[in-house]
Amino acid sequence: MNIIVVGINHKTAPVYIRERVAFPKDKIGESLECLCRLHEIEEDVILSTCNRVEIYARTRDIANGIAEIKRFICDYHNIPYEELERYCYAYSKEEAVQHLFKVSSSLDSMVIGEPQILGQVKEAYVLAKSLRVTGVILNQLFEKAFSVAKKVRSKTRIAENAVSISFAAVELAKKIFGDITGKTVMLIGIGEMSELAARHLISNGVRTILVSNRTFDRAVDMAKELKGSAIRFENFEEELIRTDIVISSTAAPHFIIKKKTMEKIIHLRKNRPIFFIDIAVPRDIDPAVNEIENVYLYNIDDLQNVITTNIMEREKEGVRAEEIIKKETLQFINWFNSLEMVPTITLLREKIENIRITEMEKTFSKWKDLSEEERIAIDNLTSAIANKILHNPTVNLKNQVKSKDKQWYVEVIRYLFNLDGNLD
Amino acid sequence: MKEIFFSITLFCYFLATLIHFLFLGLRRNLLLFIAMVTVVVGFICHTTALIFISFETGHGPYTNFFEYMAFFPWTIVLIYLIVEFRYRIKDLGSFVIPLAFLMLAYSKLLPEEVSPSTNVLRFWATLHYTLSFLGYAAFALTFGAGLMYMIQERQLKSKKPGSFYYRLPSLELLDNLNHRLISIGFPLFTLGFVTGSIWIGKIKGDYLSWDPVKTLPLIITWMIYAALFIGRITVGWRRRRAALGAIIGFFLIIITYWMHVN
Repeated sequence: MNIIVVGINHKTAPVYIRERVAFPKDKIGESLECLCRLHEIEEDVILSTCNRVEIYARTRDIANGIAEIKRFICDYHNIPYEELERYCYAYSKEEAVQHLFKVSSSLDSMVIGEPQILGQVKEAYVLAKSLRVTGVILNQLFEKAFSVAKKVRSKTRIAENAVSISFAAVELAKKIFGDITGKTVMLIGIGEMSELAARHLISNGVRTILVSNRTFDRAVDMAKELKGSAIRFENFEEELIRTDIVISSTAAPHFIIKKKTMEKIIHLRKNRPIFFIDIAVPRDIDPAVNEIENVYLYNIDDLQNVITTNIMEREKEGVRAEEIIKKETLQFINWFNSLEMVPTITLLREKIENIRITEMEKTFSKWKDLSEEERIAIDNLTSAIANKILHNPTVNLKNQVKSKDKQWYVEVIRYLFNLDGNLD
Repeated sequence: MKEIFFSITLFCYFLATLIHFLFLGLRRNLLLFIAMVTVVVGFICHTTALIFISFETGHGPYTNFFEYMAFFPWTIVLIYLIVEFRYRIKDLGSFVIPLAFLMLAYSKLLPEEVSPSTNVLRFWATLHYTLSFLGYAAFALTFGAGLMYMIQERQLKSKKPGSFYYRLPSLELLDNLNHRLISIGFPLFTLGFVTGSIWIGKIKGDYLSWDPVKTLPLIITWMIYAALFIGRITVGWRRRRAALGAIIGFFLIIITYWMHVN
């Protein structure tokens, strides 16, 4: 199975190497065709993202194929071979298949479970396919990779639990309030991150948005953008009585919400819970506020902690994902191997038939006075012998198509009968 | 016959407890399904066993301590199944089924006495026990929900999400469940209380002849749940306070229960 992958990623290479080796989007097509013209390469796909550059290929020979691709990368990007060698990895056969499955299932990503990579792999494959530099094998391999990625996503929790600040805030809100559809959100201070968090809350069903800012005009603008209403900064404390989620990001040098105030407010709220997201540095809300019953306060570090734990939770799921991938890799290999046995049998029969014809012709040229009838008889005889000899091996080999030892049989047959040459 | 059914029930609840704990760790939905099937099978056997007892003794399963301990878990599982089909709280079973299992297992340790069948005021007795047990069962589930609430709230307050953070439902849902269960349990319990005093009153001819040792803890329990029920509506005793109340209330139930029937 001559499937290989040569590449570098965020784990093996620093960014200055990755950016040098990356293929510009508009040059990938041309590079694919260049690669395919090389002697060893039969099919290829180039995956180039900011975290990885990988070339998948089917080659005539594994070692030569890998070397040829490395040399291509070096020539193309003008990098010394030794330098590339230091950062790049190459896998072949099962390992290459498994690697692709891992990459497209986002197990090999910087943030495990992130969804973009699958789209990038798809894009890379579609481009290669449209240029006809892929064939039966890589087509099947990539189609399989997409279905594996889908399976991993639906069968494991690998993509669950937020890994960004604003999503983590939404998830926490849901753990506190359950359904957040009818809740009220207040932004105190305006910032990029608080706006993003507000937008995530809105897309999760929050309808009532209040915006409060020291400069009232900016509050009005932001409120217009978020389809909410602006609140004068002096009045935000009163509004806390009817607010459920507060996102605070002012530039105030001291706490703007203190424990005493909050104790009064929570009493007026009849103990309805309130969730503070304090993304300001220095912090806006006195950490002691968290001690009040039914008040939940998360600052930027707390959210970061949640994300770290979420990632760990995803990684736990990664173990399950790998089980799925192992199984699917095996399945792909079985498919591939079934392709290989049949050509081997054909090759074997061709070889025997060639021997028979050559030897027969030798005999005929020596015995020139053989009658037509005698010639036919000899032809029939030799052909019967060849068929009788080949009958058992053919049947038995066909029976091994699905067995574990199949690869071994193929290799033995090819070795014994010296069938090595191109299988295609 | 009833022995066999009891043993199957006990085994089913034991198995369901194990599977629920396993689910807590492994998060495979298949496990949850198997646990549910096991509980339903157990519940059917449990019902059959109780019917057998009733036929044998000629009265409902509530005349002695053994029968109480066989009947109580039945009502717990009944209410659990109703809640589960209504709310589908994945981990509720891990908190409730073990309770039912332990109670039923305890009943197996008790001497299985047969109280003589009396036809006197059977109607009031049946009403009293059925209503009280259903009320108790609702409170038992409130206890489970309260425990889940306290754990989840701890997770959120400490800001260090542990494995329970991912497994337990939102605080809102748990609080809602607490509210619903008390709204059902409290009226049932109250009616059980009333029918009980009518029953005793009819026997003794005096409705107010209360035995302080037996009755006082019962009244305290009733007051706690009354406070929880009314406090939520009037002064906003919800969430943590309600969860804590449900946990304390249930411990009191166990004490009063024991004092009441002994």
